[in-house]
Amino acid sequence: MLAFTIRRLVISFCVALTVSVVAFFLLHLSGDLAQAIGGAEATPEQIQQIRVQFGLDRPLVEQYLVWLWDAVRFDFGRSFYFRDSVVSLVAQRLPITLALGGLSLALSLIIAVPLGVLAAVKQGGWIDRAALLFCVLGQAIPTFWLGLTLIIVFSVTLRWLPVSGNASWAHFVLPSVALGWYAIPAVMRLTRNGMLDVLASDYIRTARAKGLRMPAVLFKHALRNAVIPVVALAAVQFGFMLGGSIVIEAVFSMDGVGQLAWQAIARKDFPVVQAIVLILALLYILLTLLADLLNALLDPRIRIA
Amino acid sequence: MTVLTSLAAAAPRRPSRFARFRRRALATPSFMAGAGILAAILALALLAPVISPHDPYAQDLARRLIPPIWQDKGSWDHLLGTDKLGRDYLSRLIWGGRISLLIGVSTVVISGTIGTALGVVAGFFGGRVDAVISYVITTRLALPVVLVALAAAALVGGSLAMVILVLGLLLWDRFAVVARTATLQVARADYVAAARAIGCSTRRIVFSEVLPNILNPLIVVATLEMAHAILLEAALSFLGLGVQPPLPSWGLMISEGKQYMFFSPWVITVPGTVLVILVLAINLLGDGLRDVTAPEQRN
Repeated sequence: MLAFTIRRLVISFCVALTVSVVAFFLLHLSGDLAQAIGGAEATPEQIQQIRVQFGLDRPLVEQYLVWLWDAVRFDFGRSFYFRDSVVSLVAQRLPITLALGGLSLALSLIIAVPLGVLAAVKQGGWIDRAALLFCVLGQAIPTFWLGLTLIIVFSVTLRWLPVSGNASWAHFVLPSVALGWYAIPAVMRLTRNGMLDVLASDYIRTARAKGLRMPAVLFKHALRNAVIPVVALAAVQFGFMLGGSIVIEAVFSMDGVGQLAWQAIARKDFPVVQAIVLILALLYILLTLLADLLNALLDPRIRIA
Repeated sequence: MTVLTSLAAAAPRRPSRFARFRRRALATPSFMAGAGILAAILALALLAPVISPHDPYAQDLARRLIPPIWQDKGSWDHLLGTDKLGRDYLSRLIWGGRISLLIGVSTVVISGTIGTALGVVAGFFGGRVDAVISYVITTRLALPVVLVALAAAALVGGSLAMVILVLGLLLWDRFAVVARTATLQVARADYVAAARAIGCSTRRIVFSEVLPNILNPLIVVATLEMAHAILLEAALSFLGLGVQPPLPSWGLMISEGKQYMFFSPWVITVPGTVLVILVLAINLLGDGLRDVTAPEQRN
């Protein structure tokens, strides 16, 4: 387990470093940042001034190393637009995005896991077929459109929930449904297939043969093993949700990191964009690392492979 | 001699590959439904100049936001109504189909080539090559797609070509993962060993032994990624950093209709529904293809 942990840690660290290189050079090589900050009307002298002011006249590698060294110490520079430190801008908004992601994940798991179990137990039955149909349909609905439709139905027509913002718990309901929706098919399919594999195994037959009731077999023996891959998937999906929250936060005007990223992109506020790309990537790397370690802990076979 | 000929005559003739494919395809409802809807949308998009009732760009400010025909103030002249600039919604939807299909196909051509190349090389050569490519895949997966695509589009300027390029360069991960796994299996097969034994070059083995045998799962991935690309384009255009006005992208139509949706919900329900139908058809086709080409993986 220790060797496995160390190996995974080293790989994660390298991936994080590579991602920081990509995040930095992607933005610096795809256009002239000084021109982007100055706007179309800026004179060449003003552009030159911006270059010097933001250190954009230094060699790229030097700029990267300076940025990385600061980033390691949680200093992502100042926002061009807000004139405020990027860290505090992100820190103010991160709780909203994390809450949204967490609620979405919880919602999709609460729906998808039981549905997957039911579908597997009655394989080929109407629940199974309805669930699979729901999966195909679910994946075809664009998140942002689902969000808008939910607003029309539940906020405008029924007036049950607020249209936009993030002032209270009620504001998080519709966004979480819209964001969690997309993860349901994947989680349900994996739970169902895991259950099908486990239910066909010898130890389940033994458990049933010794006279255990079906619920006991399902929850004590089957689900525990079937759910192992779902843990890893849930971590990955949480990462996707943090990335996908940019669309949902725009739809529901929630003041989270996604909204900040969108505004920063539109304003060419690159210190903010760079920082958010890196932070989201790091969160994803951390989540997959934890999922892998948890998986290895639960299933010793993984450690050896 | 007579025994042999009678044996040969008695053996049932094996149906051709295409005949087997057709027989299975016809018996798979999801495949038929997906293929049927997709063919219809493709035909509409291709015939857009002939069948669209109006010019999709022609504005008529006197006829703004006319509701579709099933509502009270609907007009036969504009079956699905008009947008905020008085442009015919049906015509814009039909022309918009071209954009979605173009994005889906072009993106998959780019991402499929990149992903398959990486996956096959990793699976075939293994060892260090595999370790490096797997590392590249892991790094790619850690990048938040929407954010990176938005940032890239904002820097270079949103346009149709730009969206295709960005999505093509980002969405190759699943191709790479599937191609790698499939190649690992195929590379151990006897026919690859046989090809090597008779002195075939690596290139020949890859192109005539490996690739044809991993094609089926890759085609299924291609349908999934096509749907993925179409949804992402709609999201990027919705956020204003994808396809630019006045092009009739469905995502852009939803974005432009957003401010009117409280009083005229159909401005977003109509393009959204069409988008769902297209993506649903592609997903059904993909699911159906898997059932047709690899029925043993159905569960």
